[in-house]
Amino acid sequence: MPEPATPTPPPWAAGGVGHTPAPAARPDAAHEHAAPPAADTGPRSSATGAGPRNAAAHSGPRSGADAPHRPQPPGEPAAAPRTGAELPQEPRPPIGPPSPPASAAPTLDGEAAYRTRTSAAVPANAVTARPDGTVGQSPIRPDAEAKVNGTFDYASDLAFDGMLWGHTLRSPHPRALIRSIDTGPALALPGVAAVLTAADVPGKLHYGLIEADQPVLAPGEVNYQGEPVAIVAAETLDLARRAAERIAVDYEPLEPQCDPSEAVEAGAYFRYQPVRVGDPDTAEAAVVVTREYEVGMQDQAPLGPESGVAVPTGGGLVLHVATQWLHSDLEQIAPCLGLEPERIHLEMAGIGGAFGAREDLSVQIHMAMLALRTGRPVKMMYDRAESFLGHVHRHPARMRYEHGADADGHLVYVKAHIVLDGGAYASTTEAVVGNAASLAVGPYRVEHASIDAWGARTNNPPCGAMRGFGAVQTCFAYESQMDALADALDLDPLEIRRRNAIARGDQLITGQVIDAYEPDPAAPADPDRARPFSPLADLLDRFTDLPVPPVPADRDIVELPGGTGNTTHGEGVRRGVGYGVGLKNICYSEGFDDYSTARVRLELGGPEHDGEPVAYIHTAAAEVGQGHWNLQTQIARTELGVRHVVLLPNDTKIGSAGSSSASRQSYMTGGAVKAACEAVRDLWQDRDLADGPIEATRVFRHRATKPMDPVTGQGDSHVQLALCVHRATVDVDVELGLVKVVDLTCVQDVGKILNPVALEGQIHGGTAQGLGLAVMEEIVTDGGRVKNASFTDYLIPTILDMPPMRLRIVENADPEAPYGLRGAGEPPTLSSTPAIVAAIRDATGLPLTRVPVRPEHLTVRRPS
Amino acid sequence: MKVTMRVDGADVAAEIDRPGESLLATLRDRLGRTGSKNACEQGECGSCTVLLDGAPVCSCLVATAQCEGRDVKTVVGAVPRPVRDAFVQCGAVQCGFCTPGLLVSVADLLGRNGDPSDLDIREALAGNLCRCTGYEKIIDAVHTAAAGLAGEPR
Ligand code: FES
Ligand code: FES
Repeated sequence: MPEPATPTPPPWAAGGVGHTPAPAARPDAAHEHAAPPAADTGPRSSATGAGPRNAAAHSGPRSGADAPHRPQPPGEPAAAPRTGAELPQEPRPPIGPPSPPASAAPTLDGEAAYRTRTSAAVPANAVTARPDGTVGQSPIRPDAEAKVNGTFDYASDLAFDGMLWGHTLRSPHPRALIRSIDTGPALALPGVAAVLTAADVPGKLHYGLIEADQPVLAPGEVNYQGEPVAIVAAETLDLARRAAERIAVDYEPLEPQCDPSEAVEAGAYFRYQPVRVGDPDTAEAAVVVTREYEVGMQDQAPLGPESGVAVPTGGGLVLHVATQWLHSDLEQIAPCLGLEPERIHLEMAGIGGAFGAREDLSVQIHMAMLALRTGRPVKMMYDRAESFLGHVHRHPARMRYEHGADADGHLVYVKAHIVLDGGAYASTTEAVVGNAASLAVGPYRVEHASIDAWGARTNNPPCGAMRGFGAVQTCFAYESQMDALADALDLDPLEIRRRNAIARGDQLITGQVIDAYEPDPAAPADPDRARPFSPLADLLDRFTDLPVPPVPADRDIVELPGGTGNTTHGEGVRRGVGYGVGLKNICYSEGFDDYSTARVRLELGGPEHDGEPVAYIHTAAAEVGQGHWNLQTQIARTELGVRHVVLLPNDTKIGSAGSSSASRQSYMTGGAVKAACEAVRDLWQDRDLADGPIEATRVFRHRATKPMDPVTGQGDSHVQLALCVHRATVDVDVELGLVKVVDLTCVQDVGKILNPVALEGQIHGGTAQGLGLAVMEEIVTDGGRVKNASFTDYLIPTILDMPPMRLRIVENADPEAPYGLRGAGEPPTLSSTPAIVAAIRDATGLPLTRVPVRPEHLTVRRPS
Repeated sequence: MKVTMRVDGADVAAEIDRPGESLLATLRDRLGRTGSKNACEQGECGSCTVLLDGAPVCSCLVATAQCEGRDVKTVVGAVPRPVRDAFVQCGAVQCGFCTPGLLVSVADLLGRNGDPSDLDIREALAGNLCRCTGYEKIIDAVHTAAAGLAGEPR
């Protein structure tokens, strides 16, 4: 087997496991102060004189209010969460002088009614929220109005005067040497402004989220199909594409390494992480099940394409990007451009979904290089085919699992051998392997375990972050194993899980003790009071009053497998029911210095705010669609007792917020905004807002975690754990191999509901992506080449594929987390996949050890 | 070549230099009307859905050259206020990239069927991909919009 060629030694070879990624630039120490009137980042500058929003203006009629503006106690949380279809609540009574109620729903069409363009000092793209909604409620999201009016600016919508278009030439080969590149024919086209290759990279040649091993442009060799080789800037996108076609690259193709197991055998991997506890080799089991599982390569497929604009400024750059983590981008971009980070300003552009796909860089360095070279703004935008090549994917996995249990179904030992394919470059494979290893047995008690997990380096597409991050793959395997054990022992699938459910005080296989649970006092008491509280058993028990939906008497043909294809009238259709449990770590693990920064400034508003206090919030946290902006406004209203909140643009003028990933933003940036609001509230006790604004900046950190021991995998590596259980009901046409998921019922513990509508949306969306992995979504590669880089050939669930989803949301608080919350976005993506496959097994009797399940898996072998 | 058409009630003219240029590209890149979105440009996702002479089409699959003298309605001109309000109120908007196309499809559905069943909704919206919501709240929103439109004077 040929040694895969890489320009830099893998981190493994460089010595040491090194799985503590370098932290992002440390922010300034937390500080607070009464903001000077002319603070440059503040929303208002009195240096500009008596603008309508200047504090001085308020000493006019309205601020003649007698009562000084004082804080009120934080608003009471809403008594009962509201459901999706309800209308926004009445505005809360305002603080300070009485004012007319806020106007009703807007009547403007085609306008961003809620995108304020107030004063020169408030950035035009600041977002003003409607004046109601505290933590626990579901106010209207501040970005919704612009989004339904078509005026929300996504990265792909941006345009600047004099703008050029950039395009990337990518390698057609999964592995090749580059003998020469001739850019002459491309440059000769009129309207082409620049053609750049690796020789033109101004600074460091490589970048990466954890290890800088990925070339900005291929320097002499390519290691996956789609690797960027050259970039072009031209007057139009069409011209840039045509110019790229004229770049003559002389490749010498080499044999690619496409088999991750062989790569591991040959020592080509980014990380190996074992976990050892007890002695699984001598442990006695009455029943043993051994199976091999496979998970295909899933794509995040956010609808918004990768896009951005780089605008040169005197000696620096402004980058408008749609990213999950502005500061990590900046840290990777600056060295490659050979610029001081201070000379680069990143401004968040509207994000059309992310799901992990925007964690690694895509267009950022390329468009910046072209803008620096041409001195003009440069826009880049991938089309769908390029998007499939231009971002990392979910790691495909091959897993061999052996579970031993006693005659009652109690786990005795688990052995697992897990190979994740990291593809050509490191990305976040290291951290994904840590998750796969530490969560390899799921939320079950087991004394003896031996886990070996690798992240292979191959010439397949690079893999990295996708919702669920290493926990999805093993979840499919361990849940399938639990069902296999239940079958072997003739136990109910819920019962075997209950018998093994981890409880407070138990340890994960890493030795981490399950703590931080305050059971919902409203929950039914455990009949066996002597037993410690089990967060999993609690969820499983909730299914008792959630019956499986009956088969409807007269079904429309569209509701049967095959749907509008009109393939059956019900003959050959069998029903099945299955369960899946997912265990996900929330926030960043393994000793990573995970923090977020928030600045909150409170000042008296102008007439448009009825002279009431207005909270301005500044963070760098990415609103990827999850509703994080809305949550920030809810926290400010709750902590400060104000109604009016303005969100300043997310950018790099404030400290890092960390990534919108790992289900962490409610916890982390929510925590930072809460802390900053509390600081402002404290200062407000002794001050009158009429004397000037109050501002505080806070950096929030979760409890420290530890690296996993490189030999035993032991260590308190995780911050918080979250559980989700799905029950799937499916109809399978066993003659045609077609599956219709007819119901998905989800019971999830979220600690504390912060926004019911947004939370439900996260569970629905996460569930849908799990369904996609179960029955349709896979990037198919052949010899390292992607065969289905389009929405024609890579299918994601449509509205016809999705069943009704019933949710039962449980609040077993985490006393260490802000408001007691548990991260909620990822766990449903874990559990829906094994639940659906279990249901298909139930309907067909087939073992089904691979996802996605395809028709041929259901028809080639007949059900017994 | 020059193409004149009516877009959201306004007469516009676009100078096209490629015969195959799509209506979506013309709207977005030449006319600066970025309300219609470009998630696939292959007719698979529905993000670019507009009404062409009243009929829903994927604007990425329509050549601008075929639009001379025709009436184009995007999310800006095709969608009654109650439909937008319903999406906002029901939480049917997350990242929102699918939203403009979905709203046009919903407006078209509700123009044909004032009280659609869940199944009617699923069939009508099967060409509009959404990666964020799992569609549950979109169905809620369509019912809410139908109720809102029913209460409106025609
Ligand atoms: S962009 Fe037209 S259907 Fe996807
Ligand atoms: S809301 Fe993001 S794609 Fe639909």
